[in-house]
Amino acid sequence: MIEIKKLNKWFGDFQVLVDVDEVIERGQTVVICGPSGSGKSTLLRCINGLEPFQKGDVTVDGVSVADPKTNLYKLREKIGMVFQRFELYPHMTALQNITLAPMKVRKWSRRKAEEKARQLLERVGIPDKADVYPANLSGGQQQRVAIARALAMEPDYMMFDEPTSALDPEMIKEVLDVMIDLAKGGMTMLCVTHEMGFAREVADEILFMDHGRIVERGTYEGFFNNPKTDRAKEFLAQILD
Amino acid sequence: MFDAVGRNFGFLMGGLWVTFQLSFFALTGGILLGMIVGLARLSKKPWIYYPVTAYVNFLRNIPLILVIFWFYFVMPILVGRSIDPFPSAVISFIIFEATYFGEIFRAGYQTISKDLVNASYATGMTYWKTARYITIPIAFRRMLPSLITQSIVTFQDTSLAFVIGLRELVRRTSIVDNLEVRSIELYGFAALVYLVVCLIGSQISHYFEEKGRKASII
Repeated sequence: MIEIKKLNKWFGDFQVLVDVDEVIERGQTVVICGPSGSGKSTLLRCINGLEPFQKGDVTVDGVSVADPKTNLYKLREKIGMVFQRFELYPHMTALQNITLAPMKVRKWSRRKAEEKARQLLERVGIPDKADVYPANLSGGQQQRVAIARALAMEPDYMMFDEPTSALDPEMIKEVLDVMIDLAKGGMTMLCVTHEMGFAREVADEILFMDHGRIVERGTYEGFFNNPKTDRAKEFLAQILD
Repeated sequence: MFDAVGRNFGFLMGGLWVTFQLSFFALTGGILLGMIVGLARLSKKPWIYYPVTAYVNFLRNIPLILVIFWFYFVMPILVGRSIDPFPSAVISFIIFEATYFGEIFRAGYQTISKDLVNASYATGMTYWKTARYITIPIAFRRMLPSLITQSIVTFQDTSLAFVIGLRELVRRTSIVDNLEVRSIELYGFAALVYLVVCLIGSQISHYFEEKGRKASII
């Protein structure tokens, strides 16, 4: 379970997160949407300690991110993360990208790590790309390798930061299909995305953020058919355009 | 006309061997230390950043020959016994060249996006594991042409170690010249040897530059 309690963060004088509260239970899929600059990505980065915050706390299975005694490296092992621009290691093949952390962090043997990596490449639909460098993969393929890389650590949680917004339209589906499959398989997921089709299919809860606050929360139907704030209405009208 | 060279060829080549040895240690040590210096120059911890920056700025603004001299004469006072020219020269070169390699690595690290590093952290990799497997290898490949250029400069600079009596190529050339008194031909030969080695080096640099451009792996 991830608990976010009264989380506040500033970049200098600018407040990016304002009193964010949220509880994510095991097995849930939560979708976060909102205009750019509303603090969605920053929120994800606070949860796994990639960004420090000044007030409030986040606990992951009871372990506090704010506590200076917490080993953040250890904590991140169980939270996989997928980035907008894939962020694959350019000097390594797809397979090497996936096996690095299991071998260096979990201390798995090369054989075990590669076996797992090949299973994951199979699962994300590109078993033939194991020995290809990222520069020679399409965006959709790169993002699927990135998902496999995160899954290789056998995380309990997965966070997605706009995983499809750098992709050409025809590649969005292949990435969403993998994510839908994961969500239906019981993975606990936190997804920053504007893909409303994805949200309709798997989201247990939708959070709408604006200016660093969660201004609306609810089920897909509740949010989509009956947004309460003008800001959310405007936003929905824009993304459905 | 190169008979003076011919008569002393073995002795002179022995000097080239010393030059190669000094270059090898200077480059290996300078590059390894440079990787760390480059990281320290990007550190957000003031107690790492400021001392290392001071070290870099200090050494980059004094001539190498003074570093070699100074180290050779100061070390015996500090360690309490005389020190041979070769280890003294190796240490002087490592601490001097590391500042130049450090700046090259720093530029290389800065080409790496913050989220690429975050992607590594997000899988549980520590700062040092990320440096070892991600940041340093990528910076090394991206900066390879600059690293080779600086290595060629270092190779030429090793001739300055003759001032503390190290019998490398230039020193041995001057010893032979004292006996033979054939300065133009002897120093001309030494220059030719440096020229050939450095031209080979710059061809290697050119090859990697082209390869890097074509592969676009990085």
